[in-house]
Amino acid sequence: MQDEHEHPDVLSVSRRGFLKGFGAGTAATSLLSPLSVREAEAAERGFVGPGAVPVVLTVNGRKQTIQAEPCVTLLDALRNRLDITGPKKVCDRGTCGACTVLVDDKPVYACSMLAIEAEGKHITTVEGLGTPEKLNSVQKAFVEHDAQQCGFCTSGFVTAATAFVRKHPNATIEQIRSGLGGNLCRCGTYAGMLLAVADAASGKGGRA
Amino acid sequence: MKPFEYSAPKTLKEACGLLGDTWGKTEILAGGTDLVTSLKQRITQPSRVLSLKHLKELHGIRNSRGSLVIGAMTTLGELAAHSDVRRHFPALVTAATGVGSPQLLSVGTVGGDLCQRPRCWYFRNGYGLLAQKDGVSLAREGENRYHAIFAADGPALFVSASSLGPGLIALGAEMVAAGPGGATRSIPATEFFRAPQSENEREIALKPNEILTEINVPLKGLKNGIYEIRHRHGLDWPYVTAAVAFGGKEGSGGARVVLGHVAPMPWSVPAAAKLLNTARPDEATAARCGQVAVEGARPLSQNAYKIQMARTAVKRAVLAAV
Amino acid sequence: MAKVDWPEASKRTLIGKRISRTDGPLKVTGAAKYSYDISRPGLLYVKLVTSPHPKAEISGIDGTAAAAVPGVKAVWKDEELQEVQYVGQIVAAVAAETEEIATDAAHQVKVEYRVREHQVRDNDPALSKDKPSNLTVGNLDEGFAKADVTMNGNYGCPVITHCCLEPHGQVTEYRDGELYIWPSTQNVSRYSDGLRNDVDLPQNKIHVDCQHMGGGFGSKFDTDKWGKIGVTLAKMTGRPVKIMLDRDTELMIAGNRPSAYAKIKVGAKRDGTITAVDAEVWGTGGGGGYSAPPIPYVFGKIPNRRLVGKGIRTNRGGQRAWRAPNHPQGCFLTMSAFADTAALLKMDELEFFQRNIQFTDRPTVYTEELNKAAELIGYKRRAHLRGDASPGPIKRGLGVSIHTWGGQGHPSECDVTIHPDGSVEAACGTQDLGVGTRTCIAMVVAETLGIPLQAVKVKIGRNEYPQSGASGGSTTIGGISVSSRQGATAALNALLEVAAKRLGIQPDLLEARDGQIREVDNGSKRISWKDACALLGPSPITKRGVNVPGESAKANLASQGVGGAQIADVSVDIETGIVTMNELVAVQDCGLIINLKLAESQVYGALIMGITSALYEEAVYDTRTGKMLNADMEFYRLAGIKDVGKLTVHMMTGKGYDDRGVIGLGEPPVISPAAAIANAVANAVGVRVPQLPLTPERVLAALAQRGGSAA
Repeated sequence: MQDEHEHPDVLSVSRRGFLKGFGAGTAATSLLSPLSVREAEAAERGFVGPGAVPVVLTVNGRKQTIQAEPCVTLLDALRNRLDITGPKKVCDRGTCGACTVLVDDKPVYACSMLAIEAEGKHITTVEGLGTPEKLNSVQKAFVEHDAQQCGFCTSGFVTAATAFVRKHPNATIEQIRSGLGGNLCRCGTYAGMLLAVADAASGKGGRA
Repeated sequence: MKPFEYSAPKTLKEACGLLGDTWGKTEILAGGTDLVTSLKQRITQPSRVLSLKHLKELHGIRNSRGSLVIGAMTTLGELAAHSDVRRHFPALVTAATGVGSPQLLSVGTVGGDLCQRPRCWYFRNGYGLLAQKDGVSLAREGENRYHAIFAADGPALFVSASSLGPGLIALGAEMVAAGPGGATRSIPATEFFRAPQSENEREIALKPNEILTEINVPLKGLKNGIYEIRHRHGLDWPYVTAAVAFGGKEGSGGARVVLGHVAPMPWSVPAAAKLLNTARPDEATAARCGQVAVEGARPLSQNAYKIQMARTAVKRAVLAAV
Repeated sequence: MAKVDWPEASKRTLIGKRISRTDGPLKVTGAAKYSYDISRPGLLYVKLVTSPHPKAEISGIDGTAAAAVPGVKAVWKDEELQEVQYVGQIVAAVAAETEEIATDAAHQVKVEYRVREHQVRDNDPALSKDKPSNLTVGNLDEGFAKADVTMNGNYGCPVITHCCLEPHGQVTEYRDGELYIWPSTQNVSRYSDGLRNDVDLPQNKIHVDCQHMGGGFGSKFDTDKWGKIGVTLAKMTGRPVKIMLDRDTELMIAGNRPSAYAKIKVGAKRDGTITAVDAEVWGTGGGGGYSAPPIPYVFGKIPNRRLVGKGIRTNRGGQRAWRAPNHPQGCFLTMSAFADTAALLKMDELEFFQRNIQFTDRPTVYTEELNKAAELIGYKRRAHLRGDASPGPIKRGLGVSIHTWGGQGHPSECDVTIHPDGSVEAACGTQDLGVGTRTCIAMVVAETLGIPLQAVKVKIGRNEYPQSGASGGSTTIGGISVSSRQGATAALNALLEVAAKRLGIQPDLLEARDGQIREVDNGSKRISWKDACALLGPSPITKRGVNVPGESAKANLASQGVGGAQIADVSVDIETGIVTMNELVAVQDCGLIINLKLAESQVYGALIMGITSALYEEAVYDTRTGKMLNADMEFYRLAGIKDVGKLTVHMMTGKGYDDRGVIGLGEPPVISPAAAIANAVANAVGVRVPQLPLTPERVLAALAQRGGSAA
């Protein structure tokens, strides 16, 4: 993993020709950033992969480059490549919501999105919403109303609830139920969650 | 999933050029909510995945010559929130929000909804689209509570999973597909879905080298509505849905009644629609409509209950549309 | 000297209060690291190869192609396995540099199977090949002869699975000749017992660590096969390895609650008194044995009764303990049959239960709890005999159930240390399944020492800490509250000795309160907590507290035996069959409550889990392929936030309850919901829906069978 601060979006014709001459092998990678090699490969054959390619992800405000096959999901990239383990792997089929992250502020199942598809977007995980010392209003309310037991669904719920509260201040209970309709809990903490999200939506406890 | 090559072309023409003539070698990726799952389940193992994310022309909703033109990459959330859609097509709003998960509304697309693969649990467990083992249909004799009650005489017993299909058919929509070189053709919604006869076919009328680009929904001022019956009150697949459209500026003649999740394709019932062309859509008409809609249903061993549900769904859809 | 007895109500500063869980902030920010989240330098990912056949001989496993995949570090094959007995059974495993490589390579392991005939059906008693169990008490013929009416009913509940959100599995690492394991377990202290034959290391070189775990519900006591494979692959590769089950494997093999179908005959007098119960039960727990759920449940003193149990061995994953083993099934079957008997007598259901309350172990408690539940749901005002006669397709009804559980605290040890700087820590080899174990230990220790909650650091989740029992059967709270109370009391008494010398009075005249050591009921002689601890010089005090279940029961520190009553209020749409929860009221006792907020959470959670089993859960097996078709979270449905309706929880506290000491709470409230809901549905629509879950298709089928319905 490395921090990537800039990368050329388009390669000039001459550069592509240069690459063609050398092939996209080690000589080229030593001269150019891995990402430009990927761009060149895409331009040459239309496709990249199936092996690992550099993927640039902006997670919680930080831009990072990982090596990942195109088949790697955003969830697995976060958990296995970036050690961001707030989003959980539970159903792995876009049903339970434990993997929920925000992509450009919208809640998304990270298990159902390829990491490479999330390039150029702002990804926020539960870690990006607050810290144990500085909780956001939803997190604060989840603690207050004991809206977690084992806690394995909690990251996903907090993330979905934060997106919801930001978009629907002063939501009704019925709206809250719909807003959390894409997540599941096994311990059965919905009673606390409803109270928590209602609190947070009313603006109690500060910013979500 | 099996590793694959990936491409995200910048133009539609380029994208069409990257597709081949057979199903399954290259899969098209829109929102990913169905495809990524299908890849993990290995019910498709393409060597290439083609992402449509950069194709700007496939995004958005616009008004054009008496129709609302919905780009195939428009998300379900965008569709449900669009003011023109809300004003003219409540059936589509209900169908989109009925998906029940903000996460799916965020990324799931209109095109993806129409092209998604069936949820038949034999199919998803690797027994093939037609769910046959040793030449026997597993679904016909097995666990078929969620399977078809109409058109179940062919080899396909699954039900179409599309949420928007029934509503779009009821509204008289047309799908537009782009093929090699970017050339486009129109497909009436009524012909978009089909029951495959072999494992090598798919459930839609697109060719392997075509991309669904947009959907034209004519603005005819039809009253329309949809009623969906789900087990859970949140995110769940419906047992049965019913979409209806009737009335309108041109007077009678344009009514349609379409059932969802009862056949390998959305199931139009012209006999029920006929009632809506002639009778006032009151409680009695709605009930009669429901009654007529289920005539000819041929349930499997476990799904006769769907007949009662379909009857109810049609009745309530009519009343919702009024 | 400080006494170990629980403080009386007026003196409690923390116990019984609503306190937020102390590790809540870690959980809501993603900072809590679960076993699934553990990453180690050089970690390898393992994917399991499992059988697609319900029964087959294995003639060969070829891992060559998988081993040749770049990035694959090891392929393990089960060389001893000759025959698989169920779909999902583990056959081989692949360890690789990434999860994606491991997944792809696992598909390239070639296993040769010779498929054999299988059997996965569980709903026909004729399929039972075992000798039936038979428990007969009294004289059935006499009992039924006394009856004015006889009710005959058939009921059933299918196999359901635990579906813990964190799947089973662990990270395993050999480092410097010692073994480190991070399992998702309910049994930290004894987890490594299962590795006795696999690991040639003394106990003190096996380190088990589980700080947070994502749900167990009875399914995570053992090391399991994947635990052993982890050790083997860590040894083979010299690298840490992570194995977490995929969701489908998790649902098929890592948790099954046995099914229970029953034919029940109940005899009753005109006034409702039950004279005899005759029950035949059958079901499956997979390939192993079967123990029939108790019928009549709770009403165990009915004089004439017979229970015949018939196990059906199937080619399905094996059973595991599921929250209150056998009770929810016994409860649903019994309460359904009793409600149907009441309906036959045209008698109010609640009145019928009350008429027979003398057949329970705790008539007074149940009466009190039933009355409270009835009051909370407005029973008198709203109850009607079977069948809501109001017009329209939506029918509403109420249903009643009662249940019981033990909940005796398990053996537990806890070290409490008072440091010279005044800080305190408690160490206990227990685990937190979501109950809030850390919080409860901190509360008991802080209460005992008269210091703030935040001043206590709690260390749990490691086998190096003093041994504590597995978290199963509602035994944790009783075990850890007594051991931490004992430890804290002993440590405090040692400190009081030191402080007494300084204050120049007898230690038994001192108490710890409000951050001070002070003279009892006087306070003129006192010293601050910090100053008292400073008197210790360089050496901290560490005392071990022990819970010995029998002794703590005698001392009323912890006991067992609780009751609970629940009433459900449902609406049923008879045109679609959809059941909607309006309200579920739970009245529950559990002795002395340590943390009211967390106790209520347990009950809320149990109600939701119970609603889920009532309306949604069923492992659907295909007879022909032997496969569980819904081994996912799409068609193996869990209730969502829209599905549960209003939940009302009332905890019985105060005199007669508090003085019984601490009793576990995890199991009891999960027992009744399905029974109460099924009775409410019958009350609403006027016909019994005999099988769980109460799906729309089953509701419509029951209505259609009765005839004259909308269907």
